[in-house]
Amino acid sequence: MTIKGKAYIAGIFEHPTRHAPDKSTAQLHAEVAKGAIEDAGLSKDDVDGYFCAGDAPGGAWPMVDYLGLNTKKLRHIDSTETGGCSYIIHLGHAAEAIAAGKCSIALITLAGKPRTGVMPPRAAGAEVDFESAYGATTHNAYGMCAMRHMHDYGTTSEQLAWIKVAASHHAQYNPHAMLKDVVTVEDVLNSPMISDPLHRMDCCVVSDGGGALIVTTPEIAKSLKKPQVRLIGHGEAMKGPRGGKDLDLTYSAGIWSGPRAFEEAGITPKDIKYASIYDSFTITVLMQLEDLGFCKKGEGGKFVADGNLISGVGKLPFNTDGGGLCSNHPVNRGGMTKIIEAVRQLRGEAHPKVQVKNCDLAIAHGTGGLLGVRHAASTAILERV
Amino acid sequence: MSEAKKYPAPVTNPETAAFWDAAGRGKFMIKRCTACGEAHYFPRAICPFCYSDKTVWEEASGEGTIYTYSLMRKSPSGPYAIGYVTLKEGPSVQTNFVDCDLDKLKIGQKVKVVFKPTDGAPLPFFTPA
Repeated sequence: MTIKGKAYIAGIFEHPTRHAPDKSTAQLHAEVAKGAIEDAGLSKDDVDGYFCAGDAPGGAWPMVDYLGLNTKKLRHIDSTETGGCSYIIHLGHAAEAIAAGKCSIALITLAGKPRTGVMPPRAAGAEVDFESAYGATTHNAYGMCAMRHMHDYGTTSEQLAWIKVAASHHAQYNPHAMLKDVVTVEDVLNSPMISDPLHRMDCCVVSDGGGALIVTTPEIAKSLKKPQVRLIGHGEAMKGPRGGKDLDLTYSAGIWSGPRAFEEAGITPKDIKYASIYDSFTITVLMQLEDLGFCKKGEGGKFVADGNLISGVGKLPFNTDGGGLCSNHPVNRGGMTKIIEAVRQLRGEAHPKVQVKNCDLAIAHGTGGLLGVRHAASTAILERV
Repeated sequence: MSEAKKYPAPVTNPETAAFWDAAGRGKFMIKRCTACGEAHYFPRAICPFCYSDKTVWEEASGEGTIYTYSLMRKSPSGPYAIGYVTLKEGPSVQTNFVDCDLDKLKIGQKVKVVFKPTDGAPLPFFTPA
């Protein structure tokens, strides 16, 4: 059984806020839910599947109640938590549930306020006594990946900087982006070193905000007014050091989730017109592009250089909203906004300056957790019908 | 800076208590599976490779090489170097590098274990050999 073409993304909404000290986290979830439901042209009482992750206050049952979902109708619930890529995994799980007849209109929400205040800590895993004292953070965990990638493949800080440069070229057209200034490779290299070899401009922003999706059946999608975008391939995977034997920080679980998604879709990376790639850091993008097969392992540096990711300039336009590096990174989780910008591109609703011509095939890919420690990855291949 | 740093005491549990007892005596332990022969870290009762329960404690040499590291410069408690060491016995372990010039660390450099006190069992760190 396959989910190819069995589910459509009929509604999208990205919260315009980047700083929301005057709103509650649950309220932001409700605002994005309302936005996505209205974008689809549906009503709240139509929703019969709900998906949320660790950012939803209290988990699924308080959220379903708070959101006032129609509990006589709601028949599928999924609170899979895999960090930033949770929502890409939810998209695949929603398609599976729809294909199996377990729901017909699924709502997926993400929202939170890390810019306003400190996020609640994640529950400890079995590794806690053997790792927590060493101070792994996002910055240094991805720094460790970049350091080893440079060592093994000769990747340079200049090459990584091109990823931020490309994102900034796109962000200048996004009125909601936190960082709208176009930057140069020199700007990135001259920004302060945060955790070697990553500079400040190699890091994404911290923002409040959120986003939501409506995923539905082909029949319902065709009855709605929006351009039709469907999921044709999906993959998910996890990776960790596994007893210290499998430690290799030069690749991610995307090396497994990507091929699974491409195989299901029956296409190859060469067919992709637009790529949303989670950009928690520049190195995250470079490793994912290699792992997904857009270039060979170790050649990511060469691939991203010289504007190859800039829409209208390079061969693979990426993150045309400015991504996490420039636009937003709601709840320190990039998966949701990756799907939303991919759908905008496929609908032809991206900003005209960054809209990819004849964009009929797009990828939305993300990771969750820490690439330098243990993490998940998920890949979605989307097609305009 | 690193001397002054206060590290959290391990909580410990029945599965890992022997590791922390040994750490208190200055010994750095790993687990080895007598069914498949593989060593692993951090220690588990069930071998993560073959799922045998025939895992035994083994004192490791405490020697290894730096697999990777990152020098965290922006930290309220001062700069620190996090990284992984690939032990002579095979497994790679997450750690901090201490008692050295953090700017001179290199991938492939030889390092050895050193324990630092906490309010409970001491914690393993690594320093240039």
